[in-house]
Amino acid sequence: MATKNLLQAIYEGLAEEMRSDESVMVLGEDVGRAGGVFRVTQGLQEEFGTARVMDTPLAESLIVGSAIGLSVNGMRPVAEIQFADFIPPAFDQIVSEAAKFHYRSNGDWNCPITIRAPYGVVPGGALYHSQSIEAWFCNTPGLKVVAPTFPADAKAMIKSAIRDPNPVLFLEHKRTYRLIKEEVPDEDHEVPLGEARVHREGADITVVAYGLMLYTALAVAEKLSEDHGIETEVVDPRTLYPLDKETILDSARRTGKVLVISEANLTGSVSGEIAAIVAREAFEWLDGPVMRLGAPDVPAAAFAKPMMDYFVPSAEEIEAAMLELARY
Amino acid sequence: MPQLGESVTEGTITRWLKAEGDEVAIDEPLAEVDTDKVNAELPSPVAGKIEKFLVSEGSTVDVGTEIALVAVAGESDSPASDAPPQENTAADAPTEEFPASGTEAQPAAQDTERQQEVAHAGGDGRGEIEDAETLRLTRSSPVVRRLAEEHGVEITEIPGTGTGGRVTRKDIEGYIEEQEEREEYAPPGLQEEREAFEEPEPEIERVPVYEGDRVEDLTGTRRAIANRMSASKRQAPHAWTMVEVDVSGLAALREREKAAFAEREGINLTYLPFIVEAVVESLREHPVLNSVWDEDRIILRKRINVGVAVDLEDALIVPVIADADELNLVGLARKVDDLVRRARARQLGTEDISGGTFTVNNPGALGSVVSTPIINHPQAAILSAEAIVKRPVVIDDAIAVRSMMNLEVSFDHRVLDGGAALKFLNAVKRRLEAYGPESDTG
Repeated sequence: MATKNLLQAIYEGLAEEMRSDESVMVLGEDVGRAGGVFRVTQGLQEEFGTARVMDTPLAESLIVGSAIGLSVNGMRPVAEIQFADFIPPAFDQIVSEAAKFHYRSNGDWNCPITIRAPYGVVPGGALYHSQSIEAWFCNTPGLKVVAPTFPADAKAMIKSAIRDPNPVLFLEHKRTYRLIKEEVPDEDHEVPLGEARVHREGADITVVAYGLMLYTALAVAEKLSEDHGIETEVVDPRTLYPLDKETILDSARRTGKVLVISEANLTGSVSGEIAAIVAREAFEWLDGPVMRLGAPDVPAAAFAKPMMDYFVPSAEEIEAAMLELARY
Repeated sequence: MPQLGESVTEGTITRWLKAEGDEVAIDEPLAEVDTDKVNAELPSPVAGKIEKFLVSEGSTVDVGTEIALVAVAGESDSPASDAPPQENTAADAPTEEFPASGTEAQPAAQDTERQQEVAHAGGDGRGEIEDAETLRLTRSSPVVRRLAEEHGVEITEIPGTGTGGRVTRKDIEGYIEEQEEREEYAPPGLQEEREAFEEPEPEIERVPVYEGDRVEDLTGTRRAIANRMSASKRQAPHAWTMVEVDVSGLAALREREKAAFAEREGINLTYLPFIVEAVVESLREHPVLNSVWDEDRIILRKRINVGVAVDLEDALIVPVIADADELNLVGLARKVDDLVRRARARQLGTEDISGGTFTVNNPGALGSVVSTPIINHPQAAILSAEAIVKRPVVIDDAIAVRSMMNLEVSFDHRVLDGGAALKFLNAVKRRLEAYGPESDTG
């Protein structure tokens, strides 16, 4: 077991699956010779050749459409969308074709594709390299949406996604690629899709978060424990669609106080869905309002750093919200 | 409810002088308030629109209880939290509460009303929407409400440490745990022992007994009298007053009529039926004397059932003339005679000694000229008629010898005051003095 960051963990997961299953392949913009803009796929083309690690034109609809065609002909393609912001041209292929394939064929056909997409705010990213697009897809039955934040989870879940018989949208938070490092098991560690992870146990409040917000919330939770003796339970949903309701509700019922944080635009967000589930199904256990923190309803994080910082919930804002909830 | 005087702890809203929705100016009278010291108009401490009365007319509430919500123009209710607007459940109306809501639990007297009101406002679209601060104190949160219900605890009794004094889950859990611990600390052992511990028998302080003393055990009647007299003296604050009645005319009438009466009716004509008749007619004029104290209210009895104290050698019994107001003098005389004879023969049934609403005591028959009777609790008053004695009295600056009788009442000062007692006593006196030798006894 060695310490790895998120990039390395995803690379390992892809490489191990390609070694053990010849039908697994990678396609996308600059994934081959260049090794991907974030270097996730670096070395794959040398090891597996141009047929299994394929550079594509700048045409997301084509990338996903080709993946669908390959998948129904026996391959298990992993399509990379260079930035999640670029995914709209492939929207129809994902939502109307891939997600519906199994259902439309009455279960006769599967569509085992994985679509990797880096998301989230990054300094200088601005309009086209910063968006959190998960909510667009968390309303589409037939599709699974996962967003692992920690390296060990990411390695295990990219494997689960590849092995899943139907389409999985695999979201990677850009800012956490090199930020988070942890011990990643060498052996075939499995994390099934649809299971949340409790990173930290606590009796006072529950924070549900993913991506960079999860990382920040964990740091604030430690601070609140030291400064105020407030113990926060931090739940990482890992899979955003379908949600692991049981783990979230179990924590909500024990603490009675829930804060959901993500950096997506708040209105119509996955946070809203989580809050609604808690409000309905943990109602009798609640001891405070179900709270949410997210980005304001403006188009995207700005290029200017002060504006970008304002857009994303800060550690200070998260701490204030957690304290307010704990003291409510 | 403002403090309308030193040591005033509660007040009754006797009348709202405004209606919900009315505008009220600063210092404009808002309500009439009754306290144990003063009756006063309550000036509004703020100007604005009356949103809601929280206390209904006739309700008595503790000082400090919120009694009304007044929306003050130009002030905005700051939202309870900095949470995004989607989360904010605070009512939009700018509302100023007075007195400012503190962190103390709401007084118990208001609980029921408040709870009902809150329940009514509960988002069903029918009631008015309460402001978040009030709701936070009374409803707290779903888990606190559930725990309160499961453990039979009033949320408002628990000191809260949450936002605005809200009772948090930890507060109620701690409170319940404390209560359970208290129960556990009850002395161990058998249930009988525990009960004995909880209610220790009061130790009797014995009176020394000297040589030659005779010790008699209490009879049931003696014990009953003891208990009832003690209870009455303990519970009812007794006050006493007396008037002198010139019954010369009545004495002459009785003297003239008693032989004929005895022959006609077969019973002796005593003063008692005259007194009872005067009492009954006066009670009808002053019904507060014919009433009962009932903790937070006074019950004015419709029926007039007059008890007559009858002295037995070793006890006192009070048979009751039911519906005494339906009997004339002869009827009263017969009834009194019947009851007294049966009392002495120990032949009274339960129905003969229950249901009294007022009692007439007649110690004058035993020669008493002044007595301070104990009220037959829970009745409001008792009248004593003393012996009729000839005394020199001053009439029109001349001294005359007249047949005089002292007439007294002991009354429950919780129910009525000296003024009412004397109005009643003077009404009885007026009637007794109106008798002359030529009056009718038929």
